[in-house]
Amino acid sequence: MYFVRRLIFLLPLVLVISFLAFCLVRVAPGGPFDKERKPASPEVEKQLKAKYHLDKPLLVQYWIYLKGLLRGDLGPSLKYRNHTVNDIIVQGLPVSLALGGTAFLFALGLGIPLGFFTAVYKGRWVDYAGSFLALLFFCIPAFVVGPALIMVVAIKLKWLPVALWGSPLHVILPTVTLGIYFAGRVARLMREGMMTTLNAEFMTTARAKGLSEPQALLKHAFRLGALPVVSYSGPLLADLLTGSFVVENLFQIPGIGVFMVNSSLSRDYTMVVGLVLLYAVLLLLLNLAVDLGYALLDPRVRYE
Amino acid sequence: MSSATAILAETSAPKQVRQEHLSPNQQAWRRFKRNRMAVASSIFVLCLVALVLVWPLLSNPALAVPRPMTYSPTALTDSPFSPPDAQHWFGSDANGRDILSRIFYGARISLLVGVVGAAVSLVIGVLWGATAGYFGGRLDERMMRFVDILYALPSIVFVIVIITTLEVHFKTWLANVFSPEVAARGRMPFLFVGLGAVSWLTMARIVRGQVLTLRKRQFIDASRSLGAGEGRILFRHILPNVMGVIIVYVTLIIPSIILYESFLSYLGLGVQPPQASLGSLIAEGAAQINPIRTYWWMIAYPAGLLAITLLALNFVGDGLRDAWDPRTKE
Repeated sequence: MYFVRRLIFLLPLVLVISFLAFCLVRVAPGGPFDKERKPASPEVEKQLKAKYHLDKPLLVQYWIYLKGLLRGDLGPSLKYRNHTVNDIIVQGLPVSLALGGTAFLFALGLGIPLGFFTAVYKGRWVDYAGSFLALLFFCIPAFVVGPALIMVVAIKLKWLPVALWGSPLHVILPTVTLGIYFAGRVARLMREGMMTTLNAEFMTTARAKGLSEPQALLKHAFRLGALPVVSYSGPLLADLLTGSFVVENLFQIPGIGVFMVNSSLSRDYTMVVGLVLLYAVLLLLLNLAVDLGYALLDPRVRYE
Repeated sequence: MSSATAILAETSAPKQVRQEHLSPNQQAWRRFKRNRMAVASSIFVLCLVALVLVWPLLSNPALAVPRPMTYSPTALTDSPFSPPDAQHWFGSDANGRDILSRIFYGARISLLVGVVGAAVSLVIGVLWGATAGYFGGRLDERMMRFVDILYALPSIVFVIVIITTLEVHFKTWLANVFSPEVAARGRMPFLFVGLGAVSWLTMARIVRGQVLTLRKRQFIDASRSLGAGEGRILFRHILPNVMGVIIVYVTLIIPSIILYESFLSYLGLGVQPPQASLGSLIAEGAAQINPIRTYWWMIAYPAGLLAITLLALNFVGDGLRDAWDPRTKE
């Protein structure tokens, strides 16, 4: 019941977000037609604006946009005028989803064990080395990791392709570049979560009833220790799935992450609002899923 | 007999208790000093700050004795792309500028952006969170809903809009009030505001949570019954109690803002040349990557200093958190 109510509540939230994004992009100076190849004559510009309803009052524009949105139409892109926003998203999203998905798995696959073992071996060299590594991961920006990997793995060693998208081999470098920062964050969250559960009373109980240490750790401590990671994985996945500017730019990958930055810069109003909506819906749904997962993992959590 | 009195004397003698009474802050400070990594990192950060502050003096061509180390960050030489050698310890860039000098200059701006950006987010976040938490009820509900909504907006869109909008509106103002020169190099204030404006959300949530638990405590009732006004209670009684958490979070937010600025510089939205931050130096280096020649020093040194600085700041932040967190008390 609780979740149904929250699901229904998402609708007004998404509406508010769409309206905010709609106003926000229009606050920025300049318009979508400022960077035309030739300065458009006033008549042409006027007609362009009329065609895309940009000459109408803001609320009317929003009303027109909403009507399109109800039909699932995000409108025409103002920069790439022979494409609709739906087109661009449909083309780019699968690529970003694939890359984001593998990066998510990479981040969890590296971060969770790292956090788990540093917590279990607290105060020993495994902890110091592992914690340092996790922190290092999240102190090096992707635009350093990417070029470094390209220089060493692709250019010097020639093991993997430099860029582009196509074969499974093309996925590896972008995945590492995108995921390593988040692996560091996941590791730190995992360590923190494990630290609070390792000394909990239910662990003493588990040991007292004769569970071996690995069993107690995996069955009891891990389950609750992973909670911070679970709650972080909602925003993390939303971030990763909507693409990354740096990685898509570096490796020339045709995703939608590049559009988030470029369309904000070129004031492609419909494109920005469309992408913001995509991100917001994804984030809200994933957060809902996270809360569901919470209830499954932690028996103490009850939603009214 | 004598032994009995001895025993008596022993038990009745006041026990020498050398229990020092330390305030929670003093205890935390002790715990922090025991954390060697955090102390070493603090020393490193202080040294770096001192170095970047005196660097303009050392590298000023008018004052400095010409030494290999202290080129001016903007001085052009005829040896572009020279690899690290005795002349240019860290090599030189596309215009023959000394990289060692450039990265200290860049670190200065990166640190400045980090600290001021964190201060902006601190002010917004604390005021927002404290107001919501203290007054509670529907106001709290609405203010935190707003924070939730902002969380759901991709921050990069927000930053781009804020920076470009402020720039257009305030550039003419800056040119009129100060001088065209100030306006020409003045993207920094907009960067501060933009970065601060996207990083206050978590701060607001943390502060609100803390204030919410504090405002039900008895000492608040006590001061209210003594006639203290809402403002006095909030600023004199509640906020000082939240200070520890706030300081810890601010030290952790500085590196994340530095990282965000470097990302913006990479996009060309950060500091503008001839100014440089560590991020823009890395971007310059990354632009020179090609399969034929690698000018690794152009990217390795700024990235190295950035990584070390962020690591040190994070170690300090972690150390402070562990020291101030009541759960870690022995």
